[in-house]
Parts: sequence; structure tokens; C-alpha cells
Amino acid sequence: MTGVLEVEAVSAGYGPVPVLRDVTFAVPAGTIAAVLGANGAGKTTLLRTLSGLLRPAGGRVRFDGADLRGVRVERLVRRGLAHVPEGRGVVAELTVEENLRLGGLWRSDRADARRAQDEVYELFPALARRRRHAGHQLSGGERQMLALGRALIARPRLLLLDEPSLGLAPKVTAQIMALLRRLCDDRGLTVLLVEQNVRSALSVADQGVVMSLGRVVTAAPAARLRDDDQLRHAYLGF
Amino acid sequence: MDRFLFLTFGGLSTGAVYAAFALALVLIWRAARVVNFAQGAMAVATAYVGYAVASATGSYWVGLGAAVLAGLLLGALVERVLMRFVGHANPLNEVIVALGLVLLIQAVLGMVFGNGYRPAAAPFDTDALTLGGVAALSPYDLWVLGAVLVVVVLLALLFTRTPIGLRMRAAAFAPEVSRLLGVDVSRMLTLGWALAAAVGALAGMLVVPTGLGLHPHAMDLVFVVAFTAAVVGGLDSPAGAVVGGLLVGLILSYVTGYLGPDTTPLAVLVLLLAVLLVRPGGLFSSARARHV
Repeated sequence: MTGVLEVEAVSAGYGPVPVLRDVTFAVPAGTIAAVLGANGAGKTTLLRTLSGLLRPAGGRVRFDGADLRGVRVERLVRRGLAHVPEGRGVVAELTVEENLRLGGLWRSDRADARRAQDEVYELFPALARRRRHAGHQLSGGERQMLALGRALIARPRLLLLDEPSLGLAPKVTAQIMALLRRLCDDRGLTVLLVEQNVRSALSVADQGVVMSLGRVVTAAPAARLRDDDQLRHAYLGF
Repeated sequence: MDRFLFLTFGGLSTGAVYAAFALALVLIWRAARVVNFAQGAMAVATAYVGYAVASATGSYWVGLGAAVLAGLLLGALVERVLMRFVGHANPLNEVIVALGLVLLIQAVLGMVFGNGYRPAAAPFDTDALTLGGVAALSPYDLWVLGAVLVVVVLLALLFTRTPIGLRMRAAAFAPEVSRLLGVDVSRMLTLGWALAAAVGALAGMLVVPTGLGLHPHAMDLVFVVAFTAAVVGGLDSPAGAVVGGLLVGLILSYVTGYLGPDTTPLAVLVLLLAVLLVRPGGLFSSARARHV
């Protein structure tokens, strides 16, 4: 099994205030889990804790069975975990090409890093046209493509995505969701997706993890959350 | 006219040193968002090392290499054991620590080498060559201009053409994202300090033989001028540092030549004030880039 994420009783926060309390769920390999919840539910904090940007106060995060505690953030990408942060994380001062190169610098397999970069350009022709443009010249959709493409250059087994649809046109969002589904089905990529846009997230996810005030209130197959009116009303409010 | 040309050449030559110094300031600013007020004192310390090695070995070039190497080590050391632990909550924190470092370095230099002036020999003739009746650049001026030009080109290549340069730029602009992409940001920060101090060391070696002599406070005014040059060009811009350095060198050369040397320190401050009032971001400011 590769790409399995197990979160066990994780609590974390900023200073003395806990944001996450006793969060437990698992994402099987090759599936998409959508973390849903209102603003302030702790979704972004969860991703930051998983990728080590924030130290958990308690609990355990395991990736393919290995405990991630004490692993430095900059080592995680070498283990196959890629995190596309909130606000997309494109380095605004660098060009598209430089952003992509940056994503593959740690790789010792130079040839494959180059190949992965070409694949990103094939996947997103808009980026290929804007190779030499600086990050701050890109549109919101292009920036999201760049951030996602750059993460893919690492050839990750687990992808953490924070609000990929934020500020994007519905059509672009749908494209990105479809791409995620394809990467899961074809390459066995595991995805943990944080979304405000519940409908589009559930349309592509296998599992929905609903959070409220830092706790997991329910984790259920996405189809059930989508179709069971009672569940949807109770946890997602529509 | 002859006098104007003479002052222009002189200004370019001293301006090149200011440019190198300003470049060192810009390197640290870009990497760590710190104005390194200890740059001057650190450069004096490495110049002492350089000239000590030069007089022991009898070779200026071995001394120059030793000074640059000492700069690399000192820069890394200052970042690793000192600046790393200074809180970023208040920008004044780093300034105060840097000023403390100045006092420490100057006191230690005084204890080890004495507070008196030491003459420092130049590797080339410092008398100006005359070209068509006009006193132009001395061989030493040419060496200074050439050395600074080489450093500027090498740094530009490092930052734009090499993986390590890309890492350093990314780490400076977006540390968190860089870490997520596998960049060891903390190492890049140390490297930035080391590089900056090495450039500062070179600038120190170049400026000391031009009448300054070697003493613990040798770089005090040079630092103020270099800081002005960096602000003129924009603290964020390496190209700005070079242009700012040359520009400030020229302006000060004209002021000194036409108004007398007493007005020079005043002119530096007037220039600094004027730039801060009119264009606080500097001539090459690129503030737009962060508005994303």
C-alpha cells in the first residue's frame, strides 16, 4: 500500500488555544477525501499540521505506516507528500518556469524532473504559453494550475490541497476536480482536499470528512453525504 | 573640464566599492529582511585577517583570498549563533543586536590588533595615469572596478542561472512555500549571510588602501555611504545597489572636489534624506511584486 494517510487523535493549535481536538480519520491509498466545514472549523490548520508546518500538541500522523512526527517539513516532499497551501503558494517574484523548476530541485533524477515539467506544460497549455511570465502576472486560475502542477513535479503519492477552487470560475474548478479524479484513478494518487465549495468537492471525492470547531463530526462516503438529505442538512447546512 | 573628468573617474572608482558594499547589504536584506548594520565592522574584521595573512605570506592575493574566506565564515557564524535567535516581532530587534555586534567586533579588534592606524599596501600603483593630459584612473582604480564588475556578474549568474541561486531567491521570497517544496530555508539563510559578508570582505579589502588605512573604525563612514547607496537603489534590488553605489560615488566625488572635503559627510546625509523623502522605495523599488 502506498499513499495511505492515517490521522490519529491529533490535536494542535496556535499558542494555548487548541484549534484541532482529537481529530481521527484515514484516507485509503488512491482515493480522494474532502475535508468540509465552515470557516474556522480548522481545515487549514489540519493541513498545516499534517505537513509539519505546525507541530501537533498530541496524536499521531502516519503516512504509509511511518510516523511523521519529528520529520522536518523540507524532508516530507522527499517521502512523497506534497502540500499546496492556502492562497496557492506561487512564488510571485519567480517566473512560471522557475516555479516549476523549484518544484523539482530536490529530485536526484534530473531527467524525470524535466519530464514531469514537460507533462505539466502538456496538462496546462496556458502555463506553457506563459513560461517567462512572473507569478504575479498570472490569473487566479493560472496560479492554481501552476501550484498544482508544481506539486505534481514531485511525483507525490499524497497530495494535500487547500481550497483549490477559491476564486476560480466554475469551469476551471470543474477542470481541476476532473484532473484530480484522473490522477487518482490512473496513477493511484491519494488526495486530501480542503474545500469550502462542498458540491464540487463531493462530486469528485470518495469520502467526506466533516469538521466543526476543530473536531471531526462525521466521516462518511461522499455519495452518502451527497444523497442523504438528513446527513447533508445536519452537517453541511443545505 | 579636466577637473570634471578627474572627479568623474575618481567617483566611479570609489563608487564601485560603495556598490559592492551596498550589494552586500541588499543580499542580506533580500535573504533575511534585516539591514545589517554590522556590515562595516564585519568587513573591517575580515580586512584585518586579510592584511595579516598578506603580510605573513608576502602575497596580497593570498591575503585577499583569506579575507573573502573569513567573510564567508564570519557571515555564517553571525547568522548561526546570533541573528537566528533574534525575534522578528520588532524590526528594531535585529538593528540593536547588529549595533551590539559592531561594538563587540571593534572592541575585539582593538584588543587584538591595537587601535592605531596600520598602513595597508595596495597591490597596484595608486597614482593616476594621465590620458591625453587628463589625470584619469590609477591602475589600482582599474583593479577595483574590474574586481567589483566580476563579483556583480558572478552574483548575477549565481542567482539567475544556478539551482542554488533559485533556491536562495525562493527561500527569501516565500520561505514557507519553499520548505514545502523541499528547500532547506534555514541553510539558504546562512548561505545568504555568508555570501553577503564575503562580498563585504572584498569591498573592505578594496577600500582600505585608498587612504583609509586599517583601524577598527575604518569602515564607519563607508558604511553610512554604502547604506545610502543601497537606499538610493532600493534595498530589494541588486542592480539598484550597483547603480546606487556608482551614483553616490560620483555625487560625493563632485561635492568633495567642488565644495571641499568638509562637506562630504553632510552631503551623504542630505542625499539619504532626499531619497527617503522623495522615493523611499529607492530608484529600483519593486514593491508591486508582493501585491498578489
